[in-house]
Amino acid sequence: MESTVLRTEDFNAFYGDHQVLKKINIKIPRNRIIAIMGPSGCGKTTFIRCMNRIHELTPDAHTGGKIFLDNENINDISPILLRRRVGMVFQRPNPFPTMSIYDNVIAGYKLNGIKLKREERDAIVEEALKGASLWEEVKDTLYNKGTFLSGGQQQRLCISRAIAMKPEVLLLDEPTSALDPISSSKIEDLIYELKEKYTIIIVTHNMQQAARISDKTAFFYLGELKEYGDTKQMFTNPKNEKTQSYITGRFS
Amino acid sequence: MNHSDIKNIHLLSLKERIFKGLLVFAILTVILIVVALFLTLLINSWPSIKEFGIKFIYTSTWNPVKDQFGALPFIVGTLLTSFLALIICAPFSVALSLYLGEYFKSGLTSTVLQNAIELLAGIPSVIYGFWGLFVLVPIIRSLEMEIGVPPYGLGILSSSLILAVMIIPYSASVSREVISLVPGTLKEAAYSLGATRFEVIKKIILPYTWSGILAGIILALGRALGETMAVTMVIGNTNNLPTSIFSTGNTMASVIANEFTEAQGNIYLSSLIEIGLILFFITMIINFIGKRITKRFTL
Amino acid sequence: MGNNSLGFRKFKDSLFKALVVIFALVTTLPLIFILFYILKQGFSAINWHFLVSLPKPVGESGGGIANALVGTFLIVIVASILAIPVGIGAGIYLSEYKDSRLADWARSGLEVLNGTPSIVLGIMAYLLVVAPVKHFSAFSGSVALAFMMLPVIIRTTEETLKLMPETLKEAALALGTPYYRVILKVILPSGASGIITGIMLSVARIAGETAPLLFTAFGNQFMNYNIFKPTDSLPLLIFNYATSPYDNSHQLAWGASLILVFVILILNIFSKLAVKKWKVQF
Repeated sequence: MESTVLRTEDFNAFYGDHQVLKKINIKIPRNRIIAIMGPSGCGKTTFIRCMNRIHELTPDAHTGGKIFLDNENINDISPILLRRRVGMVFQRPNPFPTMSIYDNVIAGYKLNGIKLKREERDAIVEEALKGASLWEEVKDTLYNKGTFLSGGQQQRLCISRAIAMKPEVLLLDEPTSALDPISSSKIEDLIYELKEKYTIIIVTHNMQQAARISDKTAFFYLGELKEYGDTKQMFTNPKNEKTQSYITGRFS
Repeated sequence: MNHSDIKNIHLLSLKERIFKGLLVFAILTVILIVVALFLTLLINSWPSIKEFGIKFIYTSTWNPVKDQFGALPFIVGTLLTSFLALIICAPFSVALSLYLGEYFKSGLTSTVLQNAIELLAGIPSVIYGFWGLFVLVPIIRSLEMEIGVPPYGLGILSSSLILAVMIIPYSASVSREVISLVPGTLKEAAYSLGATRFEVIKKIILPYTWSGILAGIILALGRALGETMAVTMVIGNTNNLPTSIFSTGNTMASVIANEFTEAQGNIYLSSLIEIGLILFFITMIINFIGKRITKRFTL
Repeated sequence: MGNNSLGFRKFKDSLFKALVVIFALVTTLPLIFILFYILKQGFSAINWHFLVSLPKPVGESGGGIANALVGTFLIVIVASILAIPVGIGAGIYLSEYKDSRLADWARSGLEVLNGTPSIVLGIMAYLLVVAPVKHFSAFSGSVALAFMMLPVIIRTTEETLKLMPETLKEAALALGTPYYRVILKVILPSGASGIITGIMLSVARIAGETAPLLFTAFGNQFMNYNIFKPTDSLPLLIFNYATSPYDNSHQLAWGASLILVFVILILNIFSKLAVKKWKVQF
């Protein structure tokens, strides 16, 4: 029986008066890859931004209902601590431009003022870069600036920055949409390996991608969770008609 | 979550609050400074305002011995020199903005000219005054001797000339900006109808940009009104109403610069401060008008 | 009919262009004259003695500008210490809380402050700092100059921060970084080149200012390291010596002018180079 790491109860999200998510009830199992899909404007990006409370940064944003991480209500946890347990990788790679590759990976610790010995830091950086399949490519140029890498490498750098914090959950917001097909496929392979250690929630527009790597898929439409189940089953035999229309390409 | 985590969180939120507090403190300081500006000027002008009332603005006696003060000579001096400077600088400033914004938007001469103008803007006022005193004033003096006017050399004319040079960068930069932003399609439409460049400038560009050019002139005016050192050094520092451009005189800024440290007595100092207050308000209004025109234009 | 002939129109076109070019190029003449004159007059005045000795009593020949050099340095440093923290802090506030009422008031206030003639700011510094203690001081001069530096520093800080992509802040926050650290350790360093340029520009703006110092720092013919006493500065010295009747004083003033113009020039060039060198690419 798989355990649940994240779950929501009647969760609602608003920007001002506009309701973006409506009564979402979902259980995310541990160490699986969950794909979040749906047409533009369905609320999928808002959904994951609520998981680490980055949604709160938008003025006028507010929420209702509950989200639980390991049975703790995330509103009761300080956002700073929450974000160390729930990491995020963004759509466009965003390594910190003033920092080297090394400093980018260890940024989560540095920015939090967590003091580490030199050997500890080196170990974390090496482990994180290996975990993101980037170590071999950058091990000799660790002190160059992060922005000199290619797009695909930069995104893997952002992934290693996130996993260096050893989070429980990784939120990926269309991580390959800004990359070329070869880099994308490298990152897909990487994500597949990552589920051993982390629970992964990935927002994607790319149905082939979802079909290739995810265990379960959630389909959102106009702020509602229309269908949620095993990926294979959803793609071959969707139960909801909106899901079916989306999958067969009648709207995107 | 363990105990040290909880302690850290409390410390962290304390640091957060201190940081946000410091930011608010900084912004409040800025607001406070501006408020203090109004208040200190007003409060310290009050003795003079109470004593002379509205007469202050149209009386021209300036008599420290009898404690009789009227600011008219200086208001006239300021307005005269500033407007004269604007008139003198106008053709040059328009030419500059057309040169840099239309004829030669890029290229060697354009870069050189652009940098020269920035340099011109960076030269301190006191150095303009110094040069004006030693180079321009003798020239004006010989001119005055030729014409048969008292050859002071110093006076309204010299001040206006120096002022004109000083404000060219300010009026030119705004005008250049708006001229270079005229949409290419408008100009191309005119050219394709067979217009010459001069006609495009006269009939398309200038009508389109006139309010931007006006804004530049107004901002330059604001600058000229408050200009102190260069004017003080070449205007002659006499407290009379100027009768011609060859007269010596004083502006509001220059009389303050000259007499503030020697002002004895409450009313004297307060009158000088009241002049500062008047100068402040006039400049503020002119700048405000200039900004409004710019905003309307860029919308 | 002849008035609108093509030939006449072309003539007007060429004439206009010629006039534009002539008038535009003529504007460089004052610049050339002034720089040339300062160079010629000032160059002969500058030597080591000039830079390190104090001014002689009026009328005597020789002497130097050491006290004015030290004074300028002192006044500018103190003004920067006053203006930079407040300026950067207010700039951060304006970019982070741009829609708040405080931000609106501050923006209007800054426009007023920026357009205020420098002599009026000198009056304010006099009333606030000199009058209560009844003596002039370098510190009061620094206060007046700090008022002038603020709008420049705040505006460039705000503009620089506005250019930062939102995603940078989000990446740092998503790592669990507390807000104040995001600003101090990610946003500010990334914007360092813009902010430093703003600071250099503000220093260039005040380095040559005389009016605000006339009744605050006031001037001092002796060397002074104490900011609570009256102090001389280069622009003040130039003003006093230029308007004095003695040739020797004029010489000193030309030398001082050359140095002042040179310093301001260097500052402006440095700001331009700094932007190019340190500009962070996103």
